[in-house]
Parts: sequence; structure tokens; C-alpha cells
Amino acid sequence: MFKQVTLALAATALIAGCSSPVKLDNAPVQDAGTSAAGSGANSGGMGQSGVTPVGVDRTATAQGPVGVARIVYFDYDSYTVKAEFQSMIEQHARFLKSNPNRRVSLEGNTDARGGAEYNLALGQKRSEAVRRALGLLGVTDSQVEAVSFGAEKPAAAGADEASYAQNRRVEFSYR
Amino acid sequence: MCNIRMRAFSGLPHRAERRGPTLLAMKNPIAVLPTSNRILSSAPRRTLMGLAASSLALAPMAPALAQFRVEVSGVGLTQAPIAVAPFKGEGQSPQKIAAIVQADLERSGRFRAVDAAGTELDENSRPDVSLWRQKGADSLAEGSVTRLADGRYDVRFRLWDVVRGEDLGGQSFVVPQIDLRLAAHRIADFIYEKLTGEKGIFSTRVAYVTKSGTRYTLWVADADGENSQAALTSPEPIISPAWSPTGGQLAYVSFESRKPVVYVHEISSGRRRLIANFRGSNSAPAWSPDGRSLAVTLSRDGGSQLYTIDASGGEPRRLMQSAGIDTEPTYSADGRTLYFVSDRGGAPQIYRMSVSGGSPERVTFTGTYNVSPAISPDGRFLAYISRVGGAFKLHVMELAGGATVAITDTSNDENPSFAPNGRLLIYATRQQGREALMTTTLDGKIKARLAGQGGDIREPDWGPFQKQP
Repeated sequence: MFKQVTLALAATALIAGCSSPVKLDNAPVQDAGTSAAGSGANSGGMGQSGVTPVGVDRTATAQGPVGVARIVYFDYDSYTVKAEFQSMIEQHARFLKSNPNRRVSLEGNTDARGGAEYNLALGQKRSEAVRRALGLLGVTDSQVEAVSFGAEKPAAAGADEASYAQNRRVEFSYR
Repeated sequence: MCNIRMRAFSGLPHRAERRGPTLLAMKNPIAVLPTSNRILSSAPRRTLMGLAASSLALAPMAPALAQFRVEVSGVGLTQAPIAVAPFKGEGQSPQKIAAIVQADLERSGRFRAVDAAGTELDENSRPDVSLWRQKGADSLAEGSVTRLADGRYDVRFRLWDVVRGEDLGGQSFVVPQIDLRLAAHRIADFIYEKLTGEKGIFSTRVAYVTKSGTRYTLWVADADGENSQAALTSPEPIISPAWSPTGGQLAYVSFESRKPVVYVHEISSGRRRLIANFRGSNSAPAWSPDGRSLAVTLSRDGGSQLYTIDASGGEPRRLMQSAGIDTEPTYSADGRTLYFVSDRGGAPQIYRMSVSGGSPERVTFTGTYNVSPAISPDGRFLAYISRVGGAFKLHVMELAGGATVAITDTSNDENPSFAPNGRLLIYATRQQGREALMTTTLDGKIKARLAGQGGDIREPDWGPFQKQP
């Protein structure tokens, strides 16, 4: 599984170039990526029920260390980083320390079972565990943001144990 | 004056002639029909009640024939029987007013429909009460819908108590075509309030999210699931929509910038402002009842913890500190108590805390996974999702004694939300392999599957009462 991921990443890395770093701080995200439809959308009388639709565009992502796997998997109900992922995390730590202008978003995920908001918090525990692991390896905290997608962005769509296992993960997403 | 009413009791055809001094005023076009019995009904109450008691025998209860197909289950003989006659002119109208009214009343769990197909009544018809009693109805609604020269519609109705032969009043509305369904819902509200003494919720709105392929949409729909309009479309997930107390705005969590952030979105204009984009994840917005602030879950200080933030954004104020996860805050209607989910005890349970301070108190003690609290407006009931043997099931707890009931037979329930009159819950579930939005009475007896947009459908939130213009 990991070999396939690594090869795919290597291929992707060769094709894509590096993009410029994106600042991660507490400033509000710009609304520039969104478009609000004109208020004429409900022409012929808004009545009391008017709703103006707003559309949102995709945000671009950037590349990280070439040839390195970027997904850490977790056991059920756990946010402990298993030993088998230590070497992957070390490689990401090396990359971040060598490239102090680069930022990474650690995206925590859970399997589909349970409430959406509680799963968001569980995914957050996972991404923060990986952030702590990076911190222990000397990575500057300002280069790393731990976020969560909860159960909202599954990698596998099935409702079986194999799919659940693929969804309990933290992904390194370079910005 | 009494003559006319007595004629109805002696069994004359229900399409009584429109004459007599009391009816002249009603023949003239008027903007709004008065809703008071005193103005519309011609006979003093005393006389009517005397007649009702002596001359009307109880008709045997006829089995309810659903006039229009509605996905409501559980309706039986304990519901009050009402006939909603087809509105005069609705055959030419884009909306079948009577069917909408009837579906609303059945979904409430308080009424069942008596077949009124084929009748030709309008708001000025004096019903043949013995006929309707024979059909098993206690009440009858009749009306008309007329297209005006300027393209708007004139919708009128009147409600009758056919047990007493009493005119319970009516209303009229002039609406653009887009608001025809709303007019029907207002009629259902009037009937519901007249006959139950409680406020109806049929003119309220709900919000929900659908996922279709890689597209997520936040919808605003009528309380019956119809008339949905997209408020937001996005290539990334949207969760936790939360109506503002006055119903003009929705707060929600959006992943469009590849991390969860909280927006407050004005529905009519599409204008929105980002109120929480702090470091890490921002989620679970919950409006304070005064609309001035929101409780949110932020991970900015490590872990998922609860904060309040001004509705216009700004610096958040931390509400409490715990070693675990604190999330899913929700205020009681009086704004004095905050309910929330915490796993400080090792597993997610529901707690509550006075907003003026003090230690949180645990509320759920059964089961090892209790999340998604919702509090009824009167503060008496807690609805939540409990994991029972791997299934996620909607439960309702009476807070005074702690008695708890699982009210569904599905196993993937989520996101309960109370209607603003506290009599119904909306929730998302999986039924026959498909995701669906459902409403249910608090005892689980009357359930309805809502019409809605296609695709995976979830994250419902029931909106507040809105002021009538």
C-alpha cells in the first residue's frame, strides 16, 4: 500500500512544480475565491422567501518533499502515532527544517461512524499528535497547522472495516 | 341572523345561497378577512352550543382516506379528523393549496385527513355539517385561490367547526406566485393554532446540506422540505448550519479553504462574513438566543475547546478548560444554560453549565457515546444521538426525571433539531439505503419523510418563527 502511494507521489512530484509558500496565520481568509450570484436571481418578486446563492471555488495546494509518503494511519478510537510511521514523519521534519519558508497543514480524518462534530474533534486529536511528533523533532511550530476534516473527506467510500481503516488518517498537505 | 345558521342544521344543501344582511359584507372584496368569530359568525354562541348538543349525534368514525399522497406514517384514530376541501380555482393555480395544508396538518401528528375530493366549496360556502359529520370530520377548511390581473394571487379561506356548526374565522392573502406555498403554510398555521391552541410551525424554514459527487450545497427550504433554494455551493464540505434567532442568517462550517472555518451568512443577500478562522479547526457554531454572539469550538489553544465570539467576529472568549474534547455547544432558549458534548470522563457525554459560571453537570449517563444535543424551546426535553450496539440512534430525554426513549427504528440517525414550537424534531437518517430528512413527534409515533434535493442529505437545522409582514 505504502509503496504504491510513494510511487504515485514520486510521479506526481516529477510532473508538478513547487509553488510559492502561503502564509498561515490568524488573519481572516480572503473572500476573493467566492462569487455571489446577483440579487436578480429571484427576479419576479423575491417575496419573503428570497435566497441568493453563493458559489465557492477550489483552493490550490502545493508540493512537499519528493518521494515521501504523506499519510499516517491510525487504529480505531486511537490518536497514537504508531512506530511504523516514525521514519516518514522524520523525513517531513527534515524537509520543513531545511525549508523554513514552507508551511504544512496536517489534515486529521476519522472513519464515517459517529457524529460529524465529534469526529471533527477526533480528527483534530490525530493531527495534533502528528504535530507534536514534528515538534519533538525540532520543527518550528509556526510552520505547521493541525486541522481536521473529521469524517467529511473519506479516502474510501465503503462501510466496511477495510474502508474505515483507510479513512483514519492524517495527511501532510503542503501549502 | 339566526335563521341562516339554523337552516344549515336542518340539513339544507351546503352550497347555501349567499344572501342576508350578514353576508353582504363578505361578498365585497376585502384585503384581510377578520379572524374573530364575533365579526364573521352571525349567531350568538349560546344558541349554537345548545343546538349542537341536542341535534348532533356522534357519527361513527370513518377510516381516514388520504386525499393526497404524503409520506407520513403513524397517523391513526387519535388524531383529530379534518377535511381540507380543494380550494376553488386551485386547478388553475400552480400550487394545490389544499394538499399543502393537509400535508402540513398530518405531519404535525395532531390531525388526520378526511377525504374531501370532488367537493366544490370556497371561503363563503356554508357547509352541510351533517354531511361532514357523516364523513367523520370534526373540522372543515375551505377556500379559493384567484389569479389577479397583475399576476399575483388572492388566497382566501375559512375554517369551520362542523361539530358545533361554528365559523372559526379565516384570512385572505395577496401574494406573488413565489409565495403561494407560503400562503398555504400560513393557512395551516392558522388552523393548527385555532384547533390546538399552539403556534404552528408550517411557515418556518429548515436548512440542510447535500453532497452530490464533489459538490456540496447548503439549502434553505420550507419546513415541509419543498421550495429549496441553494444558499451556498462549494467543492468542499459544509457542516453544522445554524439559524440565527431571527432567521435571517445561517452560521455554518465550511472547508473551502481546506480547513474548517465558521461563516455567518445573510441568506437574502448572499453576503457573508468569516467570524472564526483561528489557527487549527473552527466549528460547531451555536447562536446565543439574543443573536449577539455564538458559541464555537476552536482548537487554537490545542485540543477542541469551547469559546464565545461576537456575531460580527473579533477575539473569542474561552468558556472553560478541559483535558479532553469539548464541542457541540447549544444554548437553552432562555440563554441561561449551555449544553455541550465532552469526553472529559473518557467517552463523549452531554453536559450542561450555567452561562454565568460554575461547574458543568453531566446530563447523560446511559451508554458510552452520547452526542449532538438539542434542547426543546420550553427546556423540558433533550434530544440527542446515542450509540447503541454500534447503531447511532435518536433519543429523547425528559430532563426533569431523566426518562429516556429511543424514538426511531433506524440506525444511522444524526443531527436532531427542534421545531420552534417544540412539538417536532427534524433529523437526518438512512432509510432503505438512502439518506433522508425526517420529522417526528417527540414520542416517535408520527414520522414523515421530507421531500428534498437529491444526493446525500444531512445536517438539518430547523429555523425560528419569523415575523409576518
